[in-house]
Amino acid sequence: MSRVYLDFNATTPVEPEVLDAMLPYFSVEFGNAASIHTPGQRARAAVEMAREQVASLIGARPQEIVFTSGGTESDNHAIFGILASPVAQLNLAVSSARTARHLITTTIEHEAVLNACQALDKEGVAVTYLPVDRSGVVDVDRLRAAIRPETVLITIMHANNEIGTVQPLEEIGRIAKEADIYLHTDAVQSAGKIPIDVTTLQVDLLSLSGHKLCAPKGIGALYVRGGTRLRQFLYGGHHQRGFRPGTENVAGIVGLGKAAEIARHSLEDDATRIALLRDKLQQGLLERVPQSRVNAAAAPRTPNTTNLVFPGVEGEALLIALDLKGLACSTGAACSSGAIEPSHVLTAIGLAPEEARASLRFSLGRRTTPADIDFALSVVPAAVAQLRDLSPTYRKAVETR
Amino acid sequence: MIAATQFDTLPGRAEIQRGLIAVAMSGGVDSSAVAALLQQQGHTVVGLTMQLWNQRRLPELQGDGPAQHRCCSLDDVYDAKAVAQHLNFPHYVVNFEAQFEARVVRPFVDQYLAGRTPIACTNCNNDVKFEPLLRMARQIGAERLATGHYARVRRNEETARCELLRARDDSKDQSYFLWGLTQEQLSRSEFPLGELTKEEVRALARRANLPVAEKPESMELCFVPTGNYVQFIHAYSKERGIPLENAEGNIVNEAGDVIGRHNGVHGFTIGQRKGLGFAAGKPLYVLSIDPEKNRVVVGEDDVLRKTNCELEDVNWVSIEKPQVPLRVFAKIRHKHDPAPATVEPLDSNSARVTFDAPQRAITPGQAAVFYDGDRVVGGGWIR
Repeated sequence: MSRVYLDFNATTPVEPEVLDAMLPYFSVEFGNAASIHTPGQRARAAVEMAREQVASLIGARPQEIVFTSGGTESDNHAIFGILASPVAQLNLAVSSARTARHLITTTIEHEAVLNACQALDKEGVAVTYLPVDRSGVVDVDRLRAAIRPETVLITIMHANNEIGTVQPLEEIGRIAKEADIYLHTDAVQSAGKIPIDVTTLQVDLLSLSGHKLCAPKGIGALYVRGGTRLRQFLYGGHHQRGFRPGTENVAGIVGLGKAAEIARHSLEDDATRIALLRDKLQQGLLERVPQSRVNAAAAPRTPNTTNLVFPGVEGEALLIALDLKGLACSTGAACSSGAIEPSHVLTAIGLAPEEARASLRFSLGRRTTPADIDFALSVVPAAVAQLRDLSPTYRKAVETR
Repeated sequence: MIAATQFDTLPGRAEIQRGLIAVAMSGGVDSSAVAALLQQQGHTVVGLTMQLWNQRRLPELQGDGPAQHRCCSLDDVYDAKAVAQHLNFPHYVVNFEAQFEARVVRPFVDQYLAGRTPIACTNCNNDVKFEPLLRMARQIGAERLATGHYARVRRNEETARCELLRARDDSKDQSYFLWGLTQEQLSRSEFPLGELTKEEVRALARRANLPVAEKPESMELCFVPTGNYVQFIHAYSKERGIPLENAEGNIVNEAGDVIGRHNGVHGFTIGQRKGLGFAAGKPLYVLSIDPEKNRVVVGEDDVLRKTNCELEDVNWVSIEKPQVPLRVFAKIRHKHDPAPATVEPLDSNSARVTFDAPQRAITPGQAAVFYDGDRVVGGGWIR
């Protein structure tokens, strides 16, 4: 069966160039980058080159890049690092000095951020979850109003994984700067898709993930602005200037660096080309599937994402039906597959549970072709129609209209 | 397009889904053998495993018994996936936790608290397995849903009805649990194991080299893997905010004299002897349960026998609802020899069953299922 993949927000294939760049570091240049001898130095050189490459992607300085195991670790490190977990420290602060700490985030963050905030909530940190509008955009006035004297961190994702909405980070950065509060952004879905400059955005911390930009899974980075007082998250050796212990995953790091370099050069062309294909898919589906709608259509979005609601169908069933036809896409986020709760993101932008459950996300990638789009347009409308045929409630709704 | 890998040797695109059959896979040897059998017969198979109950939900029940081989445990899902991988067909996990809790677990607990003895498996068949799962199967393009039930279904061309029959292996027959299926449900179901014995099924699984060929059978309720349903009822009630600490009440004889105490009516079933907690001259058995007065009435064995019972929610399977009383062989529980009886349909889906000879321990909450030879004529819940 020939398969078409339209789930690039879940993960991306490793570019051949990236794989080629990585391969020597498994069995040939296999040194430990922390070793003093020559094999170690060669590995060290590769790591530092990758650090430069990643830094260039986001306009940072190399020494501000920490390599991690991925987006989740970067998010956790940023959030707990600023809020100064270990927990014991926090409890002491809370119980002895009653030092309240406050954190601001949004309702549409990835679970890595939300669950970290909820864990801190349980430890006595006050958390504000800013709502978003129907397009998924945060209201910056509400952000301003939410700031308190004890606010220590604002964490707002750059682009959302489910609906693609891009936040006004420049403005948010300005607000954070004025209030002298640390700003972290989860840029896992924006890095490599839209331009990022940490100086323009005025972020202090930024997470990115390798496997979303054609590097392997299990590698990511955390940007830490020079001077940021970030507490340690893991304990061990003194790797990466003491920020992040653990023998460096040299091959993964090299891969991430190469992927970042490729992304930096091809970002503009990719974005234009992919946006056209995305719009063609979106338009085609709206035309061919009655009553379908795009979620967060009015928002500024990453060029590759479109999330549509197909009223009258069960998203899970549609997803399986499409997979059986060879088309891969997703409902909600990959990490919550099988969950019975409707997507928290779709709920936050105002969808009713049935609509949230009837929504599908299509996300394109660098290697998506016009043929892929044609294929999707040929199978999705038929699958939706088939499911609607089997739904007595939908048929009745159509008849009464 | 993505380049081909080892996973691209899947059967041809199911664009019309003709001949696509969904298999309800529990991860056990029976449903796995069904998948193998259907594939051997040339069908295109898709496996579906239901996620029904979160085994980690009730804290009191953690650490009891082995973590594996509980319904919908991760191990069982992996077993099903391993079988699908081995036989090279697509497999998906579908989440029906909400429906299962609403239609199986909660009624199970409520029935016990009301002094009845429920049959969770029948509720699951009626309201989960052959409802949302069957619907999912159809939605993804499968014509029918096959399960590992030991039973048979066939279409009677004369009457134009789907008939439900006992399995050929009487010792494994599960037709008793399927009396609630409608014609619509039966017309879309398949029970490939109905003609096989358990030994033949195991042999099939072995010949197909299924990873689960030697997996032991699970005998317990899928969501109460330890078999300790009393403990489950306590834990679930506690979670609901209605703890059962004060469930104690009196055990009385037929005259109403108090002769003992009990810890909750939900621990008892009609005909039960164990658990009465005291020694009397003659053995005493539970005759009836009175949830309102929180009493368990006990008496001697001969009083346990009755000749009739009333049924509700009667479902006529192999025949249409008859207009006159019918002679059948009726079972009042799974392990019961079908006994000759007369079924009299009443209005509004009720019926009265009158046995030729008194039957021991007719139990409210169980089902009476009527047979005509191998055919399941119908059934209903015992009031």
